[in-house]
Amino acid sequence: MISSNILAIFYLISGVLFILALRGLSSPETSRKGNLFGIIGMALAIIVTIISVGNFTNGFVYLLILLAIGGSIGAFIAFKIPMTAMPELVAGFHSLVGLAAVFVAISAFLNPEVFNLGTLGNIKIASLIEMSLGAAIGAITFTGSIIAFLKLRGIMSGSPITFKGQHYLNLILGIAAIILIFYLCRTQADNLFWSIIIIAFILGILLIIPIGGADMPVVISMLNSYSGWAAAGIGFTLENTALIITGALVGSSGAILSYIMCKGMNRSFFNVILGGWGATDQSSSSKSKEQKPVKNGNADDAAFLMKNASSVIIVPGYGMAVAQAQHALREMVDALKKNGVKVTYAIHPVAGRMPGHMNVLLAEANVPYDEVFELEEINNDFANCDVAYVIGANDVTNPVAKSDPQSPIYGMPILDVEKSKSVLFVKRSLSPGYAGIDNDLFYRDNTLMLFSDAKKMTEDIIKSL
Amino acid sequence: MEIDPFIFRLSIFILSIFIGYYVVWSVTPSLHTPLMSVTNAISSVIIVGAIIAALSGDNINIFDTANIFGFLAIILAAVNIFGGFLVTQRMLAMYKKKKKEKK
Repeated sequence: MISSNILAIFYLISGVLFILALRGLSSPETSRKGNLFGIIGMALAIIVTIISVGNFTNGFVYLLILLAIGGSIGAFIAFKIPMTAMPELVAGFHSLVGLAAVFVAISAFLNPEVFNLGTLGNIKIASLIEMSLGAAIGAITFTGSIIAFLKLRGIMSGSPITFKGQHYLNLILGIAAIILIFYLCRTQADNLFWSIIIIAFILGILLIIPIGGADMPVVISMLNSYSGWAAAGIGFTLENTALIITGALVGSSGAILSYIMCKGMNRSFFNVILGGWGATDQSSSSKSKEQKPVKNGNADDAAFLMKNASSVIIVPGYGMAVAQAQHALREMVDALKKNGVKVTYAIHPVAGRMPGHMNVLLAEANVPYDEVFELEEINNDFANCDVAYVIGANDVTNPVAKSDPQSPIYGMPILDVEKSKSVLFVKRSLSPGYAGIDNDLFYRDNTLMLFSDAKKMTEDIIKSL
Repeated sequence: MEIDPFIFRLSIFILSIFIGYYVVWSVTPSLHTPLMSVTNAISSVIIVGAIIAALSGDNINIFDTANIFGFLAIILAAVNIFGGFLVTQRMLAMYKKKKKEKK
């Protein structure tokens, strides 16, 4: 047994180690050490908790067994998962945190004595509010992340599911949950507690189904944030500093990422959350369906253009992830470098399905991270570049975002691909991107369309280089 | 008058939000995916609540409803802790390898 003061100090140390873990991510060199700090912080928190409970009988054996089971499942997933599946993995993991928060809250509600919260049916009001908020946010995180997981995995269609009165229904459910929490504090009735959790489960589903596939970066970041607030809520209930610090860190981290993603699309957070971008714009896209001439090229043309260029900028997008083209891309770049071509990569903030998605894929393919640039860093270079190789990206290069105030993506920061001397567009068809709008770039004189699968085309280019 | 301990916890919470705000803004955008997986891993520190819930109470009733929820939460959090940290490690290793190669 250790005194609760010493225990609190250890939790504080864990919290500080978690801060250092995030701090390490400011550069790739320090990031690995940061992760190690995180692991130490976690181990410390777990060990001191076990010692403080001081129960080393059969319960402890079960604990070790469950840790081993859970740990091996987690480790197995972590080693097996392909890098392209990272968004759904993160969504899946968020759902687990959410559900764990719900379970801990339920346990605290049923057995408040062990957490010094009063007795069953007579729990302190503050603790009741904290635990029901923690449970509700956890439940929203759980079902919301499951929906996000299903959409990212392609089990559920990525298109927004909307129905009339959806937002009002969500509002009513949200208000109902708050009223129930109020009554729970007055009556301590367990039925109310269960109802709050069930409402939150439903709300989690309803909140995520109207949000479309390409808005997933915002959704994942938002759920990341929620899982943090749920942990903080539980931390207040259990009077645990490690949980409060961590919850606050994770909550603000997710919120900042959501903000960055929204800014990358020039949309307000509410606009994304309320969903249905593609749905409203279909009319405008169908009217511009008349045939415009495009220049259609093949791998040999592309190889010729790039071989004779002095600088090439690669613009990867979600299509590259789908086609798993990152390794082929890297080989192509190697071949180009042998020819003395300067090659860099340009990443739009919302490229892919989660923040930093493209960077991880390029890292996996052994692309040095100092050849990979963010939008603000590289955007001026397009004007001096000979060839822009756009692989699996579309909306983030559409010049309409700057020229047409009517366009739904007007004002969105784009990569200035149009300014390069020639543009190679690897795409399977002329179909508009997620936003449902035609890309003006397809019809420009200096654009060569390469209609093929991203991976196959890149491999063909390697052959003809 | 004595200050309610809740106020202290609230202070820790608010100040941690600010720490989180400044620390996360300094994270390089290329590491945003590892950032998400590592925040996911550390939020599983909720396992401490699960451990207390699972192991407390009398030993005869270790499979009381409240304890069972604790045990379930332990498995979920364990998947997350190991999965989250290891997958972050795996991703960060890829970034590091390139750096060596580059030098």
